[in-house]
Amino acid sequence: MSIKKISKTQPETFEFSKDNLLEAEREIKKYPKNRKASAVIALLFLVQKQNDNWIPLAAIEYVARLLSIPYIQVYEVATFYSMLNLSPVGKYFVQVCTTTPCMMRGAKKIADLCKKHISKDQNKLSENKLCSWTEVECLGACVNAPVMQINQDYYEDLDENKTKEIIQTLQKDKLPTPGSVKNRKNTAPSEGKTTLLEVKNA
Amino acid sequence: MLKDEDRIFKNLYNDLGWNIDSAENRGDWLKTKDIILKGKDWIIKEIKDSELRGRGGAGFPTGLKLSFAPKEVSARPHYLVINADESEPGTCKDRDILRFEPQKLIEGCLITSYAISAHACYIYIRGEFFREGQRLQEAIDQAYKKNFLGKDACNTGWNLDIHIHYGAGAYICGEETALLESLEGKKGLPRLKPPFPAIIGLYGCPTIVNNVETISVVPTILKRGAKWFKSLGKPKNTGTKIFCISGDVNNPCNVEEEMGVSLKYLIEKHAGGVVGGWNNLQAVIPGGSSMPLLPKSICETITMDFDSLIKVKSGLGTAGVVVINKDQDIIRCIARIAKFYKHESCGQCTPCREGSGWMWRMLERMADGEATYKEIDLLYDVTKQIEGHTICAFGEGSAWPVQGLLLHFRDEIRKRSHAEPLIKKRSNIPYLIDQHLLENDSA
Amino acid sequence: MIVPKIIVNNKEVEIEEGMTVLQACELAGAEIPRFCYHERLSIVGNCRMCLVEMEKSPKPIASCAMPATDGMKIKTNTPLVEKARKGVMKFLLANHPLDCPVCDQGGECDLQDQSLFYGHDSSRYTENKRQVKEKYMGPLIKTEMTRCIHCTRCVRFASEIAGIPELGAIGRGEDTEITTYLEKSMESELSANVIDLCPVGALTSKPYAFEARSWELKKTETIDVMDAVGSNIRVDTYGWEVKRILPRVNEDINEEWISDKTRYACDGLLKQRLDTPYIRENGKLQKSSWDKALRLLISKLKLFNSNEVAGLVGDLADLEMIYSFKSFFEKCIGSKNFECRQDRIYINPFERMNYIFNSTINGIEDSDFILLVGTNPRLEATILNARIRKAYIKNRLKIYSIGDPGDLTYPYINLASNTSLIRAIAYGTHEISEKIKKSNKPMIIIGESALYGETGKYIFETLKYFLSKNNFIKENWNALNILTQQASRVGAIDLGVHSINETENFSFFNKLDNDEFRFLYLLGADNICFDKKDKFIVYQGSHGDKGAEIADIILPGAAYTEKNGLFVNLEGKLQTAYKASYPPGDAREDWVIFNDLANMMKKPLDYNNIQSLQESIKKNIQLKINNQINKNNIINFVNDNISIKSIDYYYTNSIARSSKVMNECRQISKKFLFTGIEKAS
Ligand SMILES: Cc1cc2nc3c(=O)[nH]c(=O)nc-3n(C[C@H](O)[C@H](O)[C@H](O)COP(=O)(O)O)c2cc1C
Ligand code: SF4
Ligand code: FES
Repeated sequence: MSIKKISKTQPETFEFSKDNLLEAEREIKKYPKNRKASAVIALLFLVQKQNDNWIPLAAIEYVARLLSIPYIQVYEVATFYSMLNLSPVGKYFVQVCTTTPCMMRGAKKIADLCKKHISKDQNKLSENKLCSWTEVECLGACVNAPVMQINQDYYEDLDENKTKEIIQTLQKDKLPTPGSVKNRKNTAPSEGKTTLLEVKNA
Repeated sequence: MLKDEDRIFKNLYNDLGWNIDSAENRGDWLKTKDIILKGKDWIIKEIKDSELRGRGGAGFPTGLKLSFAPKEVSARPHYLVINADESEPGTCKDRDILRFEPQKLIEGCLITSYAISAHACYIYIRGEFFREGQRLQEAIDQAYKKNFLGKDACNTGWNLDIHIHYGAGAYICGEETALLESLEGKKGLPRLKPPFPAIIGLYGCPTIVNNVETISVVPTILKRGAKWFKSLGKPKNTGTKIFCISGDVNNPCNVEEEMGVSLKYLIEKHAGGVVGGWNNLQAVIPGGSSMPLLPKSICETITMDFDSLIKVKSGLGTAGVVVINKDQDIIRCIARIAKFYKHESCGQCTPCREGSGWMWRMLERMADGEATYKEIDLLYDVTKQIEGHTICAFGEGSAWPVQGLLLHFRDEIRKRSHAEPLIKKRSNIPYLIDQHLLENDSA
Repeated sequence: MIVPKIIVNNKEVEIEEGMTVLQACELAGAEIPRFCYHERLSIVGNCRMCLVEMEKSPKPIASCAMPATDGMKIKTNTPLVEKARKGVMKFLLANHPLDCPVCDQGGECDLQDQSLFYGHDSSRYTENKRQVKEKYMGPLIKTEMTRCIHCTRCVRFASEIAGIPELGAIGRGEDTEITTYLEKSMESELSANVIDLCPVGALTSKPYAFEARSWELKKTETIDVMDAVGSNIRVDTYGWEVKRILPRVNEDINEEWISDKTRYACDGLLKQRLDTPYIRENGKLQKSSWDKALRLLISKLKLFNSNEVAGLVGDLADLEMIYSFKSFFEKCIGSKNFECRQDRIYINPFERMNYIFNSTINGIEDSDFILLVGTNPRLEATILNARIRKAYIKNRLKIYSIGDPGDLTYPYINLASNTSLIRAIAYGTHEISEKIKKSNKPMIIIGESALYGETGKYIFETLKYFLSKNNFIKENWNALNILTQQASRVGAIDLGVHSINETENFSFFNKLDNDEFRFLYLLGADNICFDKKDKFIVYQGSHGDKGAEIADIILPGAAYTEKNGLFVNLEGKLQTAYKASYPPGDAREDWVIFNDLANMMKKPLDYNNIQSLQESIKKNIQLKINNQINKNNIINFVNDNISIKSIDYYYTNSIARSSKVMNECRQISKKFLFTGIEKAS
């Protein structure tokens, strides 16, 4: 579950950096003129990008003013969607899918490794303050189960050893190569394709 | 078996490269202009004739849906919205289209937008698919560069802009009206129907919402003809479909097969068989987590299409096949699905909001062997009170898997239950839900 | 034309365009239980209590959300429907505390009522019940969020009716919670209506918390005096004490809402009360008897010439009080120096349309153009403002303002604030002029801030001339509106309690400022500014407020809940207020005081009972209504700025100023944030 608890420490103010402001304007332009509100999620993601992956209250108010919508609407959105964090998370934010298809293929073991090597409780920073982890619902990569997402990337076909390696790399402040840890080709069967054997670009 | 030449998604595993040039080599954007010049009516008729049914879960006839858009454009513009929220547990097909076959989707968007008179198309991608969205954006940029999109797209005289919109982690935003609310910058709360989106949709304007796979197969259908598409599969269940086979199989994978392919063939041929052999099979969820599971006996013979699965009280849904073998605790598997629904309910409707958590808690106790016989009936009663009593189909989606379990594995639950309630109160299920009360704890 | 019909439980009913199945069922006499549905709010259909069976539909439908169409067949009494409702009740009670005996909503709770029909006797829910922490929403609303059933009526009220989207449902699923942004106090002046809307006891009245149980109270239907709208209210009393005030439905005036001031100033009725006469001796106010005080008053009166004696009527006075005061002045003193305009604004009293809200409150909904001139309706007439918002929502009508009122609850376009704009409109040289002429039913709403002195005269007469010239002052639509703020004002002018003649509008105030008056009779007048000097001052009223402070004689009168009385609201509607309680201590109803005085002076008034008094009043008002002269005045241009006077909203009269609750609201309102109101584009 994401963090919907409001952080006790809050910055006084928030403002987009120059680049992010331009980016925000690009997002707003995607929608009809009087429908700026549509950009609210995009802007909150930008806030997270700028602010170590979490949204301070000052940013909620800032985004509301930028889009001319009530504070409460932005607050509602920020608490509704599970990817929006209202408290700090680790620089490496590990999200372990534990929904049935992943559960059946050992997600619990992955979560236990996170417990052991990152922090006992979810959403708590690791000792070196670099990582935090949480369980999430289906990440939409079920044929590559078990899966976890670290920041923007997916790590697939996990097993205990590989997961341990990944976490160790993170603890060294490095991002491992994403994708299947078994070097399997995307969603093709791991023991060789059964279809599309002959196809080439026509 | 489906011949490779009849497969639509030739780059499903990215053997050939996703960028626009290799896509063009595979036939994308070929004759797009000719198709569009045949006119809206022809396009919609051809799709109707192909009997294509929506790939997003409900299986609604796509041609018919497109025909619901008003013929004349009034002061309110029309929109096409692509549902790429793919969050149904067991499903991961749209992801492959987004990253490996993006031009199929983009071409489909142009043709469909033209057919429903839309000049703007939004693709709603679940927020977790950040990389897939980046990839799609690159692909869109490539298409713009070649003037396949934008002003006078493909030299057809039609203008079309495609925008990507990210979700932020909410399964319910896959429901088409919740998706529209979310797109408007609000919480993803499904809307009351009627009115339907085709009349009052995004920003109160006529809007058609379709799944990624649905729209991605449109160009191929129009190029190879409705007849070809209909020749595959079964009547009213035509064409090909990407199946996602996950769970206890030796080689979990995505594969494009003919509609109506047998389940056993899918598992044995493509997914390397059930872990521990076919006889170790316990049950299969055939169409994503919302669909009731099938016990082994049915799995022997069932074919994978909308109508056959409805006959056995299940459904094709998204064709996310989750295979459960006998090493799994089936009650716990479904309890975990119930937890998913509890977590994802938007919370508007009383039955769904209160019922989804109730079901989960009862199932957890059943799995732990702490439930009473009476509760088995109560659980069934709760599912029946949710089903059909809610604003959106999430209610059914959360009730059906539990009903499936009760239908086929009631004995298993009974075996673990008691006549008398265990006095022991469960304390390890956090139910004091208020965040503030959990201040010291990780919520 | 064929009238569309639907069949409800085999009974055919005719339906109107736009009706929902729920409304049609009610027409057919079939009661439909509901929690989220409310006829004045948008439809969300989320509680699922109103499910009914519809022919050809495999699932039961939410009747509140389904449009009724010709030929539908609905069943509301089948086992399927019964089962569905029972199911919903079961779900609602699963997480609802069963604490009715200690709940303030007890006896007035929809959930409690419904559970008698559909609930199970013992809860089948064996899990722990959900606990939700209370939310702070300000000094008026007490929350018990564990009881919330998530119907979102309050959220919809705040954003739709009040126009300040400050409530929301945060989180999702079973973690959904209703709150304001970070538990800030609600900013709307209508906020407490959510208490009435809440179908359970989640939002209850903070000031009224645990004061009494509803069945112990005496309920009196009457009229509010906090502003000139004349909201219809119900006053609940326990003995002498007014325990609470609730709205009463009046579709023409307040619909079913009241302002927070109307509802919560009532604790001011218990405080600062004048309960015995006082006289000033050696500079100090001393308790006195009625006899002594009245004798002193009469003896003082004799010391002055009648033209040195003047009287001022306050803002909360009923017509009985005003009329007997006037009769007393004319008959017993022989003075016509009386006034009701404490605020010293320009009024043209010679025909009734000049000082009332002619388009009417209901009329606002038909209007297609509104020009506000020197008014902030949100603070001057909160309920009327809600109607403007309703009209805005319904018709998206354009609203303009001359003078900057600040945040209203709907978008408006701020024009300049100089009187030259008025001239330009009248000459037709400003675009607004054209816009008004092109409208079907325009409204110009002139507030107090635009009516001061000669400027006010120019503005009023010029705009009236403009409207009348363009044929907007007609039998079926009169676009001219004065937004009065005081409950007593229109009635007082109807009864001629002013010193206005054709040539002079402000003679009373000129004389007051020139010290021509030596004896001043303040009838509940607490809002007047003048130099007391050595004037002899009598204050008659209910509260020890500004007027009593400077008085030499104080006569304790009754407050508006303590007597029967007539009031004319800003539209000119005559309404009757009823006695809910009685005056405290030795205080008396005001007209009786004048009767006694007159009798003591041996110059008895023309009436001696309330009936004949009221008859005279009604006759006078009728005379005024009949007197139509249709006169326009052309006034020379006065160059001035129209600036909208700031209003200390929670402190506008002596009752509100005595109220602890209002004081609290006032303190908090100083800290309000940006509210999130739509801005005009
Ligand atoms: C709870 C719920 C979740 C859904 N999630 C998705 C989804 O993730 N992707 C999708 O394409 N359709 C989803 N749908 C189905 C959509 O509502 C809609 O039927 C579909 O997008 C229509 O597209 P199609 O006609 O192409 O299938 C969902 C429906 C429900 C009730
Ligand atoms: S059924 Fe559930 S998810 Fe769907 S609208 Fe109702 S509460 Fe929301
Ligand atoms: S009253 Fe219809 S769903 Fe609540």
